[in-house]
Amino acid sequence: MYSQGLNGQNLDVNETPEFLAAFQARIDADEKIEPNDPMPAAYRKTLIRQIGQHAHSEIVGMLPEANWITRAPTLRRKTALLAKVQDEGGHGLYLYSAAETLGVSREAMTEELLSGKAKYSSIFNYPTLSWADMGAIGWLVDGAAIMNQVPLCRCSYGPYARAMIRVCKEESFHQRQGYELMISLCNGTAAQKAMAQDSLNRWWWPSLMMFGPSDSDSQHSDQSTAWKIKRFTNDELRQKFVDATVKQADHLGLSIPDPDLVWNETKNDGQGGYDFGDIDWDEFWKVVKGHGPMNKDRIAARKQAWEEGAWVREAALAYAEKQKQQTAQQVTA
Amino acid sequence: MDVANANVDIPNQASLISQLIRLGDDHLVLGHRLSEWCGHAPMLEEDLAMPNIALDLLGQARALYTYAGSLENKGRDEDAIAYNRLEHEYTNLLICERPNGDFAHTMLRQLFFSCFMHQYWQQALSSTDENIAAIAGKAVKESDYHVRHTAQWVIRLGDGTDESAQRSLDAVQQLAPYVNELFETDDIAAACAVNKVLPGPSSIEAGWNVQMSDILEQAKLPMPEYQMGQSGGRQGRHTESMGYLLAELQFLQRSYPNMQW
Repeated sequence: MYSQGLNGQNLDVNETPEFLAAFQARIDADEKIEPNDPMPAAYRKTLIRQIGQHAHSEIVGMLPEANWITRAPTLRRKTALLAKVQDEGGHGLYLYSAAETLGVSREAMTEELLSGKAKYSSIFNYPTLSWADMGAIGWLVDGAAIMNQVPLCRCSYGPYARAMIRVCKEESFHQRQGYELMISLCNGTAAQKAMAQDSLNRWWWPSLMMFGPSDSDSQHSDQSTAWKIKRFTNDELRQKFVDATVKQADHLGLSIPDPDLVWNETKNDGQGGYDFGDIDWDEFWKVVKGHGPMNKDRIAARKQAWEEGAWVREAALAYAEKQKQQTAQQVTA
Repeated sequence: MDVANANVDIPNQASLISQLIRLGDDHLVLGHRLSEWCGHAPMLEEDLAMPNIALDLLGQARALYTYAGSLENKGRDEDAIAYNRLEHEYTNLLICERPNGDFAHTMLRQLFFSCFMHQYWQQALSSTDENIAAIAGKAVKESDYHVRHTAQWVIRLGDGTDESAQRSLDAVQQLAPYVNELFETDDIAAACAVNKVLPGPSSIEAGWNVQMSDILEQAKLPMPEYQMGQSGGRQGRHTESMGYLLAELQFLQRSYPNMQW
């Protein structure tokens, strides 16, 4: 239904050593790879997986925040939250469109999400339990997403890189908006500050998990780095995030829930950085494998929206078809 | 916005404040209902379009409440009016609080309301109150889009498949009892219409009927028979679903009163 044409060309490429070397030379010269360019099947597959996963994260990521739209405490906060969740839908749309340029349809990607074959960011499998979570998600989750995504603006695949420029601008706005919400709570009453601290306690470790497995355990990094799909390792990005965020928590007067967090002058080539405690990788893998607190609810909500919307999509197609036939009849008459 | 309004005498001013809050309540409550769809729409495009309309409605509610609060001059801002009242003090039209139902129901409810409001704002462009004319200036463009978007869906669904046609017909029948209230003009609404400060709701009925019969004909749907309709929203007598809507809307303000957010 949605798949964009790829000029109908055969996507198979004879991956001779010469072809692969020439492709790598283009990447090394920082040329952008565009939709109709020949590319190795594995490059295409990696991008489809990554962009699809990213798009799904935006769509599933609408749910935890949409959970608070009707309960937002002021009209200003309500409109900001609604606009933010709408932006996420917009990001999903650009990203699905970017993935479609690689020859996969949005419908096929959606079906993979609903069947559990395609993954999305595990962070959205945690529940939003208080209003402060709207601040913490903006501050920490969007903050972590920006660390991951800014380098993607220079990704070797043109449509993805270009989509990410706008996505990152909006994410950066969301991050500041979330932090501003946290400031209001932390400048508020003791009850509001406690709400903010509780939220930080719940979102801190899942946010660190957003950068993925440790470099020693990551399956996809090496080849993705050579193809300039990935520019920094998971651990490098995680460290940058911790170093930036601890000071922001200090400014709010909130405590990071990590007793092992300590400044280490020798880190980051002598510029200093924070040592932090061990991530609970058992929890990480449990959530990735579908057993987090909200995995089943999130997919059930997406399935329900998709299945209950089927008659609407069918009606739109049927109506378009009738209009087409009518126009054809008018032309022949 | 300009607080003073020398053209409005005191009894009329009380009516104007009430009428502005009524309109604000319509937009707040319908915006709330529409925002319930967020993340659950039948397609991604509608997950963008419905929040868009909801945002416009909330923006209009904010402008209306803020102006009402400034005329009232008792220190109530938009949030004090939006959040801190009892159920019977909300005076929205009943159609705005009706549960979403399916997508056909939501689109038709929006079309009924937006078609009314678009014509209302068109008249309000020439209001003798410059603040109202300014609010109308923005709202008329937004409601124009709301009418176009929802009319397209009502036509597509009415003339789509057998299932969508049946669901659309059900929506017409379920919403019909709530149409009449759109045009009701009680003393408060009439007082606001005297000096052309706000349009009188009854003055919209003929135009609404013309536009709606054109759209519904294209959708192969009947006009709603609304003469035996429900009423009471303007007096604060609501349907059963309103209490639940307010329980969500007011949750934080009730649980943590008098705080800054």
